[in-house]
Amino acid sequence: MVNAEGVHKRFGRLEVLKGITLQVMPGEVMCLLGPSGSGKSTFLRCINHLEKINSGRLSVDGELVGYRQMGAKLHELREAEVARKRSEIGMVFQNFNLFPHMTAEQNVTCAPMRVKKLPRDDAAARSRELLDRVGLAGKVDTYPSQLSGGQQQRVAIARALAMDPKLMLFDEPTSALDPELVGEVLGVMQQLARDGMTMVVVTHEMGFAREVADSVVFMDAGVVVESGRPADVLNNPREERTRAFLSKVL
Amino acid sequence: MPSDEVTHAEGRPEDIRAVPVRRPGRWVAAAVVLVIAVAIVRSVVTNPHFEWSVVGHYMFDERVLEGLRVTIELTVIAMAIGIVLGLLLAVMRLSPNPLVSGGSWLYIWFFRGTPVLVQLLFWYNIAALYPKIGLGIPFGPAFVHPNANTLITPFTAAILGLGLNEGAYMAEITRAGIISVPEGQADAARSLGMTRLQTMRRIVLPQAMRVIIPPTGNETISMLKTTSLVSVIAVADLLYAVQNIYSTNFKTIPLLIVASIWYIVCTSVLYVGQYYLERYYGRGSSTERQGPLVERVLRGVLSFRRGGEHSRPGAGEHR
Ligand SMILES: Nc1ncnc2c1ncn2[C@@H]1O[C@H](COP(=O)(O)OP(=O)(O)OP(=O)(O)O)[C@@H](O)[C@H]1O
Ligand SMILES: [Mg+2]
Repeated sequence: MVNAEGVHKRFGRLEVLKGITLQVMPGEVMCLLGPSGSGKSTFLRCINHLEKINSGRLSVDGELVGYRQMGAKLHELREAEVARKRSEIGMVFQNFNLFPHMTAEQNVTCAPMRVKKLPRDDAAARSRELLDRVGLAGKVDTYPSQLSGGQQQRVAIARALAMDPKLMLFDEPTSALDPELVGEVLGVMQQLARDGMTMVVVTHEMGFAREVADSVVFMDAGVVVESGRPADVLNNPREERTRAFLSKVL
Repeated sequence: MPSDEVTHAEGRPEDIRAVPVRRPGRWVAAAVVLVIAVAIVRSVVTNPHFEWSVVGHYMFDERVLEGLRVTIELTVIAMAIGIVLGLLLAVMRLSPNPLVSGGSWLYIWFFRGTPVLVQLLFWYNIAALYPKIGLGIPFGPAFVHPNANTLITPFTAAILGLGLNEGAYMAEITRAGIISVPEGQADAARSLGMTRLQTMRRIVLPQAMRVIIPPTGNETISMLKTTSLVSVIAVADLLYAVQNIYSTNFKTIPLLIVASIWYIVCTSVLYVGQYYLERYYGRGSSTERQGPLVERVLRGVLSFRRGGEHSRPGAGEHR
């Protein structure tokens, strides 16, 4: 589903990604771990082209991200094409980024109506179904400011799901939550994984990585240090850097 | 608001009832203000030079009302131009293309840097600069070229001068509003597949409105009064109308009062309009549950009487 080969990303002179190579299979749940500043968020943002990569190859579902290959040359995609590709990839942010001027339902229906041109009634019906699925059937008409953090993040997940994405990216979805609210969000994500969604999850929740993830990738300073099955990487890390990191977060 | 928290529920520990600190200074200050106010009102009412009967006579004079209509029309059109132009310039200013943002910067620099009165006079005298204004291919042949003097009437000169100048100010206000919206909002919108334009229109601007509207209200009120400048280029606005009348009957002061009353009536109407707009765009924010204007004013007055910290009755409230 996601195929990265030697992905490099620079911000000015700062090289943040120094050749990331990894694969995510359809239906796979991959957890990305790593210390702060290691480039996890940047890599996720590259996957849906919120950031442009400087070199390497990055493709989603067999198609290059942001470019089209014609012969030996790469052509940049037009904005509308990039937008259409993005609409197939859901993204959930650390601080929710719900639209504060819209109710929960409007947050969920907005993109399907504007991007997919879905009729209002269909979008509303689908939104109720999704809000129900994340356990927020009663909060349809509530504004984000009146929801708890956990509820906001679940609305954000429903909002991303409303576009029927084939891939979901989660950037530390529970890091901004009070400890007692973490469970409700992880529960929704676990259910999503069971339903067969392909997911890339940046998280510090080792329990989630261990139980839900199919693979774990440990990143540090812009490179993949170690990857493999959760049990292997988390219990018997081969690399010293992984061991040092795990001893701090566990 | 602190004063709302004073509840007397049964079964709760009794609220503290302390003798408030005496504030003799406040009473003295209030007395001084009161005396001054009474003196002013008395002199205004009794001074025969105000000629209140003349004021009443001209209040609804046809020429005055016609001038008022022109003033309102100028305000509405110039603000409309200013807002649209401001939005365009703000978006241009934030463009990654340096030529586009530079053009916007230059415009703002020029129109903010020169007095609006000078700009009005320029437009009024544009015929001296460009006797013929052509419509056609740039640097190529023109298809129509009407006379500048017939195209730029005093009224169009006024509209151009006020509107183009306002655009520069509205651009800065709008830009401040746009950059006040957290970047994560645009990230979220774009990750859902919205284009830059959709993101701006559906997500960023509606939120920017909360920041844009209060200063825009100020601008509108200010514009209403700035329109009085157009009397120098012979546009028959409210001020021009009363000047015309008092130049023949010499009732200068009463007629200026007539104009002032109309200006203050209009600005008061704008205040109320602004309040409701702010409430609309404040939806979803935590300070939204406020009663209607009257209720809030009353609440403000009450909390002052109780001697509490008369905190401002709500966010986004103007003086
Ligand atoms: N837009 C940007 N411009 C310049 N530098 C940036 C930008 N975004 C990120 N960086 C830098 O890139 C590096 C990696 O950032 P990134 O957010 O990807 O780290 P992270 O692994 O997600 O860390 P965290 O766990 O703290 O979220 C950091 O040093 C950061 O300062
Ligand atoms: Mg991050």
